[in-house]
Amino acid sequence: MLADQDRIFTNLYGFHDWGLKGALKRGVWDNTKALLSRDPDGIIDEMKASGLRGRGGAGFPTGLKWSFMPKDPDADGRPNYLIVNADEGEPGTCKDREIIRHDPHRLIEGSLLAAYAMHARTAYIYIRGEFIQERLHLEAAIEEAYEAGLIGRNACGSGWDFDCYVHHGAGAYICGEETALIESLEGKKGMPRLKPPFPANCGLYGCPSTVNNVESIAVTGEILRRGAGWFAGLGRSNNTGTKIFAISGHVNAPCVVEEEMGIDLRELIETHCGGVRGGWDNLLAVIPGGSSVPCVPADQCSPLKMDFDGLLEVKSGLGTAAVIVMDKSTDIVRVIARLSAFYEHESCGQCTPCREGTGWMNRVMQRMVTGQAHKSEIDMLLDVTKHVEGHTICALGDAAAWPIQGLVRHFRHVIEERIDEYTSNPASKPVAAE
Amino acid sequence: MSVRRLHNEQPASFAFTPENREWAMGQLEKYPRGHQASAVIPLLWRAQEQHGWLPEPAIRHVAEMLDMKPIRVLEVATFYTMYNLKPVGKHFVQVCGNISCLLRGADALMKTCEDKIGPRDTVNDDLDMSWTEVECAGACTNAPVVAIGDDYIEDLTGEKLAEIIARLRNGEAVKPGPQNGRFSSEPEGGATSLLDRQAIFEAWKTYSPKAEADEKAAEPALLADAHEEPELVEDSHDEPELIEDTRDEPELIEDTRDEPELIEDDHAEPELLTAPRGGKGDDLKRIKGVGPKLEGVLHELGFYHFDQIADWNRENIAWVDSRLKFKGRIERDDWVSQARLLASGEETAFSKRVDKGDVPSSKKGGA
Repeated sequence: MLADQDRIFTNLYGFHDWGLKGALKRGVWDNTKALLSRDPDGIIDEMKASGLRGRGGAGFPTGLKWSFMPKDPDADGRPNYLIVNADEGEPGTCKDREIIRHDPHRLIEGSLLAAYAMHARTAYIYIRGEFIQERLHLEAAIEEAYEAGLIGRNACGSGWDFDCYVHHGAGAYICGEETALIESLEGKKGMPRLKPPFPANCGLYGCPSTVNNVESIAVTGEILRRGAGWFAGLGRSNNTGTKIFAISGHVNAPCVVEEEMGIDLRELIETHCGGVRGGWDNLLAVIPGGSSVPCVPADQCSPLKMDFDGLLEVKSGLGTAAVIVMDKSTDIVRVIARLSAFYEHESCGQCTPCREGTGWMNRVMQRMVTGQAHKSEIDMLLDVTKHVEGHTICALGDAAAWPIQGLVRHFRHVIEERIDEYTSNPASKPVAAE
Repeated sequence: MSVRRLHNEQPASFAFTPENREWAMGQLEKYPRGHQASAVIPLLWRAQEQHGWLPEPAIRHVAEMLDMKPIRVLEVATFYTMYNLKPVGKHFVQVCGNISCLLRGADALMKTCEDKIGPRDTVNDDLDMSWTEVECAGACTNAPVVAIGDDYIEDLTGEKLAEIIARLRNGEAVKPGPQNGRFSSEPEGGATSLLDRQAIFEAWKTYSPKAEADEKAAEPALLADAHEEPELVEDSHDEPELIEDTRDEPELIEDTRDEPELIEDDHAEPELLTAPRGGKGDDLKRIKGVGPKLEGVLHELGFYHFDQIADWNRENIAWVDSRLKFKGRIERDDWVSQARLLASGEETAFSKRVDKGDVPSSKKGGA
């Protein structure tokens, strides 16, 4: 188990004061000015050395992403922007919420440091519309930071001017995609843009922009203070540092917890969540990284390293590290069908394969829940997922395809049994899952 | 894709209350000039808060305020699902039906809503309640969850939700957050981590960052040291000036590029004065971007009044810019528009803060 000394988010549960006074007692804003006296490229190198990979799901190295930003934004008159993606909406994921409502100053300080490293004088924090209380906390914290001179003109006495604004969405999952978020921030429908050009060249208002997840930004201060070596020493190579896991579903005590990257799944669940409901042997499957990644059946769950590479080995992904646990009482077909309904609802409608495909997949999945389908449709469904996957501007199409692919890969027999059951007795009602 | 249309009955008109209008105008300052459309989502949201749901006249009203085509605002209103395009109950219960909540009993919550409130998306006869199913609320470890108004009600069961609905009907307050005794998202029964107070409150002092050696040693420590003088920090609300503004020490951010060429074009030279008219100039520090040092420079150049700055054209700006150490600042902070407003006797958000004394660097006599 990760030692408390190595935890970054010391107020994850909000047991302590989230305001400036409390944050200072926990070491946030501790001599930030000294950090800002470093060379911006030096900060980026330190972030690279830490091995931090983006915490929003894709796992792109954060330092590398920062290095794509133009070094001299005044050259062509286009300012650089930092955008913090707080549009947390991936089903199963609720880690950024804890940072925003319980440790907002860590996020604001991280924004200042990241913006400084990327020569950006303005940061927008795009928070999902549903997080109303969380937004109020964040806005109050920003107000405190301005009043204390920590941000604003001459932030922390460093000579660096930095403005930080909160912007909110209004209930569109797709706005978590970085270019859709930028569109939304410009006051449009959240429809993803084609890349290239990448946001680092042409992002918000046509200016160089970098979009980072809340957690990636919020760990910046601690990495710079304790040094890249400390962060890189946690986890294993290419999968370093700490990570906030959110474990939900059929465990005895669902919770959010910061742990070391690469922790074993069973250890994670048994240390912090009181174990799987009904015992480890009652485990059916786990979705290890939010709704978009394929599920992992119980027989592959132990041992299972919870990091990017470990989960790739079982053809899944770390995603947002939102672990959704399902015990044997679960109607897994219905669960995946619910996700299909979600992706149909959240498709922005821009690319035909996704707009039509998500609806098509959902309708077939809903029939499979009751068994009202033909077995040949399973392969047809799989075929359609392959036609959606990789054929859309953004990853929502992929995200809609993967859970179904995971279902068919591991639980084809369940779908087939359901179909057999229905064909033998078409009037029967399916057994409802909890 | 969710297909959403406007309600068939619409009010004749909509206008923001004066308070909301002022708030809306304040929102525009978050975004660069010409990009006021960015504020469309927050403004529509405020309109919905004011009206209870989002009517078509509000969409047009916001379009006018932001100088947008109404169709663009309509697109936004129909795209984002938190906008209620038709009336909802006074208490609007949004049940999360996504995976984590589904696994922990969202079905029971929806059943309760049907029993106690009525069919989904239908306002009951008393107009006091309606409910709907929403996608992931993002509180998955506290599933199942409903959102009512601005609050999340977490760790629910069907029975507990029925009690809450009854309380709302009686006009009683409902405790937001977990309903099973948890504080937030820690494991039920007590946290398994973050139990070591030393790690939370003391450990960070051992790796407090040191300024790099090449930092100017002469620079006094401007940030009150949190270790030694905690009382300064504790009172941060009363003493907002923890940090002195060093705006008048331009060497910190001085432009290190080659010494720029002064523009010596007579056409570009704006109207200059040798002394303020009537012996008294305007307080140029009320312009955002002008501190005491810059004001001095402007005085030396021959600018004492807002109306002088308000009259600058592009060439004039280049002429002045070439004489300032802060390249591009005039345009970045848009001095000309600010000066125009101030010259006509109006205020800007920044000048209000200056007048209130909230901007240390703009106080009389300088910082």
